[in-house]
Amino acid sequence: MTLLLDKSAPPVAPAERAPYWTMRRRDTLAGWLMVLPQLAGIVAFVLVPLGLVVWYSVHEWNVLGGTFEFVGGDNYAALASDARLGPVLRATGLFSVGLVVLNLSLALFLAVLLNQKLRGTVIFRTLFFSPVVVTLVAWTIVWGFLLQDNGGINGFLNFLGVDGPNWLRSGGTAMASVIVVQLFKNVGLNMVLFLAALQGVPAELYEAARIDGASAWARFRRVTVPLISPTILLTMILTIVGSLQVFAQIAVLTQGGPETSTTVLVYYLYQQAFQFHHFGYGATLSLLLFFIVLVLTVVQWRMRRRWVFHEA
Amino acid sequence: MKILTAALTAAALLTAAGCGGGSGSGSGSGDSGPIDLRMTIWSANAKHVALFDQIAAAYKKDHPEIGKITFESIPFDSYTTTLTTQIGGGNVPDLAWIFESNAPDFVSSGALEPIDKDADLLPSTTANWEKDGKLYAYPFSTSPLGVFVNTDLVKAAGRPAPAQQIASGTWTWEEAAKTAAAVQARGKGGVVVGDFDYKGWDTLNAIWAGWGARPWSEDGKTCQFDQPAMVDAMTFVHKLIFTDKGMPGPGVTKDFYAGDSAMVVTQISRAALLEKAKFQWDLVPLPKGPSGEYSVVGQAGIGVFKRGKHADAAKQFLSYFSNAENSAKLAQFFPPPRKSQLNSATLAKANPLLKPAQLDSVVVKGIENGTIKPSHTGYAEVQQTVRAALDPLWKPDADVKSVLSGVCSKINPLLAK
Repeated sequence: MTLLLDKSAPPVAPAERAPYWTMRRRDTLAGWLMVLPQLAGIVAFVLVPLGLVVWYSVHEWNVLGGTFEFVGGDNYAALASDARLGPVLRATGLFSVGLVVLNLSLALFLAVLLNQKLRGTVIFRTLFFSPVVVTLVAWTIVWGFLLQDNGGINGFLNFLGVDGPNWLRSGGTAMASVIVVQLFKNVGLNMVLFLAALQGVPAELYEAARIDGASAWARFRRVTVPLISPTILLTMILTIVGSLQVFAQIAVLTQGGPETSTTVLVYYLYQQAFQFHHFGYGATLSLLLFFIVLVLTVVQWRMRRRWVFHEA
Repeated sequence: MKILTAALTAAALLTAAGCGGGSGSGSGSGDSGPIDLRMTIWSANAKHVALFDQIAAAYKKDHPEIGKITFESIPFDSYTTTLTTQIGGGNVPDLAWIFESNAPDFVSSGALEPIDKDADLLPSTTANWEKDGKLYAYPFSTSPLGVFVNTDLVKAAGRPAPAQQIASGTWTWEEAAKTAAAVQARGKGGVVVGDFDYKGWDTLNAIWAGWGARPWSEDGKTCQFDQPAMVDAMTFVHKLIFTDKGMPGPGVTKDFYAGDSAMVVTQISRAALLEKAKFQWDLVPLPKGPSGEYSVVGQAGIGVFKRGKHADAAKQFLSYFSNAENSAKLAQFFPPPRKSQLNSATLAKANPLLKPAQLDSVVVKGIENGTIKPSHTGYAEVQQTVRAALDPLWKPDADVKSVLSGVCSKINPLLAK
């Protein structure tokens, strides 16, 4: 593609009148035709909805009454004075931090374990990856049964003589449960990414480190981590963005409760827009989410030069 | 040039999408083709739908202009959310079932067409659906709440059957709680409130009405969760769950219809679920509360949307669907709001699973005197806010009074709107 579009290619010698469809024009057309389906998709499903969300956020849309009124900055003023937003952002932060820390450390730990040349690693690799391909809602519903007060987990704890808590019905354990359900759903994906990165670390570096007398921890800290840091960055961005979009688990397991302890931003947005019919305010909340994701991604992208290998 | 092209494409799509979402009123009156009608419902019961289809087929015989009449089933849990999203997206159904709790939202929004009010309709059944003297939905189902009893479990626990207690005038909540606790002590569930599950708090209406309690004032402006009657009623519920252990606790599922609990408080239309029950059961009225005998009615209405494509045709179909003849057919599932049909003889024909005495005590008396589930404008938001504020109550050491005061401080601003 780039070769064909190269401007430095010698132009075709002009005849008496150059035809309209020159090589370059034809290439440009072909290029446009090739990207058009993708472009149309982005325009229709990303840019237009994004534009509409901004448009809705300055309107009050009464779905039942069929009215659509311009309210200017009212929804933004409501956002600034919404007393429920504080707890919602706190729950969102708690979920994201909990998930990112647990997910990345567990994924890396599993990848390091499975990177050993031991018997049976293939079985474990499959075992940890299989939840990734299970339907999210089915996965969550099964966990819902396990986490019930008289469910499988407490049954097992009872068997051990421990009186388990009512997982989904008290604030702290409900959030922990939602995090763990999401953790086991997706840890396999990050594990596979880490595993691929680990296998790309040249063996001679370890050998050299060993000759220099580096301990196992020092080899991990000084050789492995720097060399797989691009993958750490990638999985971190993906996991953070994913954690901010958690919805199905909350909707199935807790509906934002008990009280509002698991009402994360996306769930709150859904409640406002689709349950309470405040579509304008819902749109404003989704813009807030958009900016949070944008800021976090930009910050990580900028910080990568500090710690990601190959990027300095 | 490229930027301009992209911008133009985006603008074109934006306008197209904007138009599609915004309007959606579509007059369609000039259409010469057949008129298709669509009614959204929350029942997925094959027998219900078969009866509706039968009524629709009979209607089409005399109305050649009607093409298809579709009954679109939407899951119960997300019914109103899905319906309003359809409306918002411009895909407005012609007719829809509406929950009693959402009645004020739908009636006051101006989304519904006024419909004719038959003189045969009981005033107690239409009150929730009227505004300025006009009726906005037909209350096709006025289903009183009763208590289904697994008499096998009650007998095994050594407790008198509720029917016996009714005969001797001792069928009270205190006694029901004892029976429930006796059964639950033997490993099954005691009494279950249908659709409550520690989230649908408004179903507890079936209990607190016996204490004369209300969630908010008649005019809907002031919270009454903190009033003595409600505090007493909720103290009873709390004690029933955590002290007497007569109601399965939060996060515990005991399915009455599978024989796992002694009693369930629910609408009588659920009798259909007992067709294949492997245990002996009975249907009795709600127990007496401290404020005496009472009854509670669940309601559902059918409304015609102004912005539907064929509002007039939909109105005509609704008046046929709900006429006396069809109402008698529908009575086997949905207790009718008609005076002429509210007698145990008519109802018995339609409800073979229930005995005339059961129908008379629960249905006929229930509909005549029953209070209806709470409703309010902006119901979903009030519902969720109360749900969250009530969560601290579902713990063994909860302070009922202070939790209920907390509910009021949370919802008073919403009620005042």
